[in-house]
Amino acid sequence: MEKYETHTHDVIVIGAGGAGLRAAIESSAKGASTALICKSLLGKAHTVMAEGGVAAALANVDTKDNWETHFKDTMKGGKMLNNWQMALYHAQEAPERVRELEYWGALFDRTKEGRINQRAFGGHTWKRLAHVGDRTGLEMIRTLQEKGIHSGIDVYMECTITHLVKDGDRVVGAFGYWRESGKFVLFRANAIVLATGGVGKAYKYTSNSWEYTGDGHAMAYEAGAELIDMEFIQFHPTGMVWPPSVRGILVTEAVRGEGGILTNSEGERFMERYDPERMELSTRDVVARSIYTEVEQGRGSPHGGAFLDVSHRGADYVKRKLPSMYHQFMEFADIDITKGPMEVFPTTHYVMGGVKVEGDTCSSTVPGLFAAGEVAGGMHGANRLGGNSLSDLLVFGKRAGEGAAAYASGKSHAQIPAELVEGYANELREPFNNTQGENPYTIHQDLQDVMQLYIGVFRTEENIQKGIDEIEGLKERAKVLKIEGSVMFNPGWHLCRDLKSMLIVSEALARCALARKESRGAHSRVDYPESDDEKWGKLNFIVSIKDEDMDVATRPIIEMPEELSKLFTEDK
Amino acid sequence: MSVAKLRVFRGDAQGGEEKEYEVPVDEGMVVLDALFYIQANYDGDLAIRWNCKAAKCGSCSTEINGKPKLACKTRMDSFAEGETITVYPIKAFPVIKDLVTDVSWNYEVSKKIPPFTPAEDTEWVMYQEDVERGQEFRKCIECFLCQNVCHILRDHNRKDAFAGPRFMIKIAEREMHPLDVLDRREFAREEAGVGFCNITKCCTEVCPEDIHITDNGIIPLKERVVDKYYDPLSWLLRKIKGK
Repeated sequence: MEKYETHTHDVIVIGAGGAGLRAAIESSAKGASTALICKSLLGKAHTVMAEGGVAAALANVDTKDNWETHFKDTMKGGKMLNNWQMALYHAQEAPERVRELEYWGALFDRTKEGRINQRAFGGHTWKRLAHVGDRTGLEMIRTLQEKGIHSGIDVYMECTITHLVKDGDRVVGAFGYWRESGKFVLFRANAIVLATGGVGKAYKYTSNSWEYTGDGHAMAYEAGAELIDMEFIQFHPTGMVWPPSVRGILVTEAVRGEGGILTNSEGERFMERYDPERMELSTRDVVARSIYTEVEQGRGSPHGGAFLDVSHRGADYVKRKLPSMYHQFMEFADIDITKGPMEVFPTTHYVMGGVKVEGDTCSSTVPGLFAAGEVAGGMHGANRLGGNSLSDLLVFGKRAGEGAAAYASGKSHAQIPAELVEGYANELREPFNNTQGENPYTIHQDLQDVMQLYIGVFRTEENIQKGIDEIEGLKERAKVLKIEGSVMFNPGWHLCRDLKSMLIVSEALARCALARKESRGAHSRVDYPESDDEKWGKLNFIVSIKDEDMDVATRPIIEMPEELSKLFTEDK
Repeated sequence: MSVAKLRVFRGDAQGGEEKEYEVPVDEGMVVLDALFYIQANYDGDLAIRWNCKAAKCGSCSTEINGKPKLACKTRMDSFAEGETITVYPIKAFPVIKDLVTDVSWNYEVSKKIPPFTPAEDTEWVMYQEDVERGQEFRKCIECFLCQNVCHILRDHNRKDAFAGPRFMIKIAEREMHPLDVLDRREFAREEAGVGFCNITKCCTEVCPEDIHITDNGIIPLKERVVDKYYDPLSWLLRKIKGK
């Protein structure tokens, strides 16, 4: 076969967003030779787009805040389906992980006393989100990037990993290609951390970047790892609606955190009907459904959304606290948000489901394989609170890095058979050799339409089944793809493998959505509108590969110990 | 729906040529959308870097009608009806393929800049007014458009001597961090070549984040360097200490 490079490390981290960077920093600090591999240039990962803030009970603004309250808010937001162990670590460790960023050079917005400032967000009892205007993600990724490049990590940029290599039960390497040259590369490693983010590119309207094609979910699944609760995908209540080319781009929850008000075409502040207590700062699942319902019932804005207005806070305040939003609407939509309302509609934003991991080390069910950040599942249950993803990736990035370094320690590298590598290479080159076949771009667009239409905010058995049938058809069509051009930086070729990942993830989403016959968090079944706490509220869904086919099984949730469960009964 | 004509550079390090495409234009569409249309309908292998499509990641830097811009932020309705739109890779860096250039030099430079260094017994108290200057520089999305238009890099190709505007503000940001204790003035002068900048402000003009690169970053940095090297008292001290 054609020649390929080989690199050997103790630990490789796939994905260089917040979770991947944090994992690599920790793994390297523990003495492991660590590689960080990313599809894009360093610092461009999806974390860069996070806006509103990172949730941590620092209690700098609301002094009553503590980890117990953050833990309870997170579990309630996730409709108690969360892995309680993860939610506990998350609430307890987030403050130190945020302070650590400051030690590494981050410049968060300040309180009058000179401490890290915090803002209100949906579902959080207290003002909890440390932030930098509305560009918190950029600040975090730059800080981690800076720390990372001075931590002795080997960074491999613009490199796509397509296969996890196993030796018996455990993963021993990863195979992929350089995007630039199209040449193949093999990484030998004793532990692998997946930090590949989410799956939003399976949908037509999404806040996610092109990288969000579910690579980590799909590779873990193919390597035999279990995925958990894939039916839960978050539709962020406020994406841009108009003009069409920017539809889906995120409008940060910080707009509502800073006092933004939602109204319908009749001028009614409709959240009064859906959640009179929390209003606009209700959880994302509730606000997304509310906006969707208003539009469905004919009370939408001219372009089919709701109005979101923060102009009453004054032009100076809006420009200072929400500068990106101001520019985004000014430049893309010719709308001055300091003078009038925006139009918003739910957009696919975040997948709560993911690779099933243990909370302490982020180990998956496959030995040597770890996962952190959005690609991991369990932490957020049925619905994620805003701000909890940035804290999640810090807390569990660190834990995964530690876990992977400890696992890799003292192990010797396995020999990877040449035939195995050749098989992967041949599979990847196929679209160049096919004389006939489908255009990957066309299938991708068709998949996005299917997911948007059938596996959306509101679901019915009939629709989900239609979605599954369509996905099956697309899987067939995607078996023979054909592309033009050379192997050098060829986006059409790159899409071929990404498409395969998206199809796996989409099927998992659809099959879990069909199986959960209730409404809970982000999963809203019109045919089963109620939550059934006694039955479905006690079950996680587990997706795994069985004889080449996708298997969906239920498993009882892990019960909380009494000292934690009493936190919730005390409330009542 | 109108139709726009795009002439896009297709080629690699060995050379290339413009290729013309016709693309239907929808309301609010940006140049990056037009490039996506070309990928999906004409040439699937057209190479362009992009990530967020929301002017937040700085990946899609190109030269559109000769002007350095983010393709995701350049609206199709900013061109006159019937105007042909040319799209080229940024010129200060070697072409890899089509609109993708080799910007790896920037990452090498970035790594050389001494990192944030706080005192060991730091009390982590900083006030808003003290962090605002640093926050302005930290808005940088690393699109490298400033590097692309800088005469020292673009016309004179002095990448051996000058780190470029992006990294001037990175050094400035460290220097102005309220809790940083390291002195990077020698680095700024000797390694990063701050003296090469002749303040034409081209970098500031193209910055999509409106960072006042020259006024707020490079000029104050130059002043600090001058204070160190040309202040008579420091000069005398250096003489005495033999440094």
